[in-house]
Amino acid sequence: MTTLSAREALRLAKPLPPLPGLDESINLSIRGRSLWADARRRFLRNHAAVASLVILAIIVLLCAFGSVASPHAFDEPDFENMHAAPSAETAHWFGSDNLGRDLYVRTLLGGRISLMVGALGAVVAVLIGTLYGATAGFVGGKTDSVMMRLLEILASFPVMFLVILLMTFFGRELWLIFLAIGAVSWLDMARIVRGQTLSLKRKEFVEAAHVCGVSTFGIITRHIVPNVLGIVAVYATLLVPSMILFESFLSYLGLGVQEPMTSWGALLEQGAKSIEAAPWELAFPATFLVTTLFCFNFIGDGLRDALDPKDR
Amino acid sequence: MTSTLLQVESLNVRFATPEGEVAAVSDLSFTLAAGESLGMVGESGSGKSQTAFALMGLLAKNGRASGAVRYCGVNLLSLTEAQLNERRGAEIAMIYQDPMTSLNPYLKVGDQLTEVLRFHKGLDRKAAFAESVRLLDAVKIAESTKRMGMYPHELSGGMRQRVVIAMALLCRPKLLIADEPTTALDVTVQAQILKLLADLRRDFQTAIIMITHDLGVVAGVCDKVLVMYAGRVMEQALVDDLFGSPSHPYTKGLLHAVPQMHHQHGADRLATIPGNPPNLLALPPGCPFAPRCVERFEACLKPAPLQTFDGARQRACHRSVAEIAKAGASEVIA
Amino acid sequence: MSAPLMDVRDLVVQFNVGRSGLLPWAPARQLKAVNGVSFSLNAGETLGIVGESGCGKSSLARALIGLNPISGGSVKLNGRELAGLAQGDWRSLRAEMQMIFQDPLSSLNPRMTIGEIIGEPLRMLKAGISSSDVKAEVERVMARVGLLPNVINRYPHEFSGGQCQRVGIARALIVKPKLIICDEPVSALDVSIQAQVINLLMDLQSEEGLALIFIAHDLAVVKHIAQRVMVMYLGRVMETAATDTLFNAPAHPYTRALLSAVPIPDPALERSKVIQILEGDLPSPIAPPSGCVFRTRCPQAEAACAAQTVSLRGLAADSHAVACIKAGAPESR
Repeated sequence: MTTLSAREALRLAKPLPPLPGLDESINLSIRGRSLWADARRRFLRNHAAVASLVILAIIVLLCAFGSVASPHAFDEPDFENMHAAPSAETAHWFGSDNLGRDLYVRTLLGGRISLMVGALGAVVAVLIGTLYGATAGFVGGKTDSVMMRLLEILASFPVMFLVILLMTFFGRELWLIFLAIGAVSWLDMARIVRGQTLSLKRKEFVEAAHVCGVSTFGIITRHIVPNVLGIVAVYATLLVPSMILFESFLSYLGLGVQEPMTSWGALLEQGAKSIEAAPWELAFPATFLVTTLFCFNFIGDGLRDALDPKDR
Repeated sequence: MTSTLLQVESLNVRFATPEGEVAAVSDLSFTLAAGESLGMVGESGSGKSQTAFALMGLLAKNGRASGAVRYCGVNLLSLTEAQLNERRGAEIAMIYQDPMTSLNPYLKVGDQLTEVLRFHKGLDRKAAFAESVRLLDAVKIAESTKRMGMYPHELSGGMRQRVVIAMALLCRPKLLIADEPTTALDVTVQAQILKLLADLRRDFQTAIIMITHDLGVVAGVCDKVLVMYAGRVMEQALVDDLFGSPSHPYTKGLLHAVPQMHHQHGADRLATIPGNPPNLLALPPGCPFAPRCVERFEACLKPAPLQTFDGARQRACHRSVAEIAKAGASEVIA
Repeated sequence: MSAPLMDVRDLVVQFNVGRSGLLPWAPARQLKAVNGVSFSLNAGETLGIVGESGCGKSSLARALIGLNPISGGSVKLNGRELAGLAQGDWRSLRAEMQMIFQDPLSSLNPRMTIGEIIGEPLRMLKAGISSSDVKAEVERVMARVGLLPNVINRYPHEFSGGQCQRVGIARALIVKPKLIICDEPVSALDVSIQAQVINLLMDLQSEEGLALIFIAHDLAVVKHIAQRVMVMYLGRVMETAATDTLFNAPAHPYTRALLSAVPIPDPALERSKVIQILEGDLPSPIAPPSGCVFRTRCPQAEAACAAQTVSLRGLAADSHAVACIKAGAPESR
């Protein structure tokens, strides 16, 4: 009974009889939804992450343009109002510091430096870390060994010691901070990307790309990198706050930006000294710093959930 | 007829997903007698695995089962986790497709086997060890005492699956649920495992629910068969009846789509079921199989209830049995 | 007779599997995944390769298409030697030989649209082809494999396994190859979808004159699609013959065991059939048994099997060859 004649097979292969009323075009729209679009949809459903994104955008805009609203300059001492409490009359909205410089302007300026440091760390990590890690992971063999040993040497270098050394030789220069941040930020990223690449390399679509005649460089840039970008985005977002903290730490130790320039870390260091006399000197920069860090962490978590829904 | 061991009454399994509620299993009812073996056949998305998980109380967090699963008269769905644990592993055991899901890679085989006995049966270490070795022998593992000291990764795929079966049988379960137990294995190993399951069923009177997509496995192992599609039963029959005179277009399509070993090689095209597996989020209003059915007509836009015919057989199709049976035959003669 | 499309002689594929000891100067151990395989394939022919996991059939396929290194022997495609070919030279062969993979979804880059995936080989291999030409070709092969044109901008994760496999086939087809290597192309698919894909492959083969190397562990599928079958065990060929000869009159004990183990979807036949259960497990390919590699599990093994190495030898029937010293002797079923 289960044997099948050629005729019957043919009959079974006949086209489906029409059935008006049955919706055959089951949700097939023309435009496909990429994984990115899916992730965006999931991200937008995460209220904490979206709120953080909005708050962060406000902070960034404030830091960029907020100081225009104030009549004060960041380095102009106001000897009438030293350690002044926040007040609308003097236009010291956040109060002033020990030299009478306006804290509102300085907090926003400090934010500019801190955010730049964070962004720079993330950009360096994404650019160098991703390519370095993907190359090491994909090429493999001796190249991988050499690249990874080099990375380990860099990673085991005592960064704080290096920074102190540089500062003593070259003085307290802003570019040195950027250099130090850039040097350390991409190391972990490279490791993460290499690990991801190693597992992607075994995927059949990479083998298929080989068979299709795609060059090694093409495979890395077109097939590997787009598939690690998800985790790169998550890690970069989480890297920004750690870089900001790193800079704050350097500034707190007095190794950071040079007066009268400032950053959130430097402001915290000053504010901590006068916490009893003028608590606002600590409170405002600290609030900005903490809020920013929270926002980045929430966004990072949101991105991870959105890009990797299986992990929940 | 022997006593009823398991009675499933209108089991429904639903999952809450961000895209909406998904009915993985709808209105599933069947009975299983002691020592009987039931095959559940269907393609991906047919709900056969979710049925197994629901019976074992192992649904994912967003899943919810309703209806009744009476095991020896007790509704398993109403039991607490602790009460379920007393039965799981002891009276009802499960074998998965991937043996490594039930084996802990960090524990020796022997420790995992004896743990089951000591938990469920309260045996001491020595007695548990002896019993475990006996079971490993029963599933035809050579050098069983030596294997007790090995880690799962040191065993081959076939041997791991046999260890899992031994583990499932340690407490002499009355019901064994096997979810694609041989799909990941080679044919020669599959033959070993299937023979083993048949022997065990004969020796221990274990009832088996065999979940598979391989109709050949069903033909060899099962007494009766449930054919599922999109979470619903399409047809239920004794194995000979089902293979001899399939009464549902889906069953018929499945049977004909399999390339057969006893056919001569030829340029014949295989019969296919057109279209793609069902999307549980966008099922048609009537018969879920209608979008792919070559026998469909206007009535198929309304749900086809499961009807009993020929005594114990069941089918869910608007076409009559005669129409389905004739559908193939007439054209062959013509 | 014309020259074969592909001619393989004594192919060896070998992997280093770490050292035998912890010390860095301990000798590296080698695993011969494929050990002295020879066959030839004519244009438009389908060769099925069967065997259990670990028999080397996938390593063989990957070596033929340059994903595994060829460690020894010779592989000729249209008379051109592939062993020792530099990476750059492989590219010129890609248009003649393509591959279809086992896992339909993971063989497609999830970040690319269907159109980009299918068009990639064309963009890579035909320098300077215009994007409108690529699009036209993509649409042509999509129609050929039964994909609707409106899915061109969709992404792989929006499709079922069968549709993804059609995309994989379209990608292989777009450069108009002469040979497609299919590595278990239907084993991840549902039964009904499997039949669709097999039909598609058979249609393509007869209409475009494609040669296929079809690797599968499902013997029924191979029987349906292949004209010739090669049975492998532990990196070696046990038996090769025309499909009907092999399935009706298997000469090697391993082939017989393999055939008897396939479940038949017919309760009466399945219950009455005698299965030759193979005892034991596959030996380690790092230290294969001496003599005939199958002797440790062979029901008919005797002392002579361990003593001498067995090579394929032809039997009476055309192109039927067996690697067993007892082949041709009366069967003891």
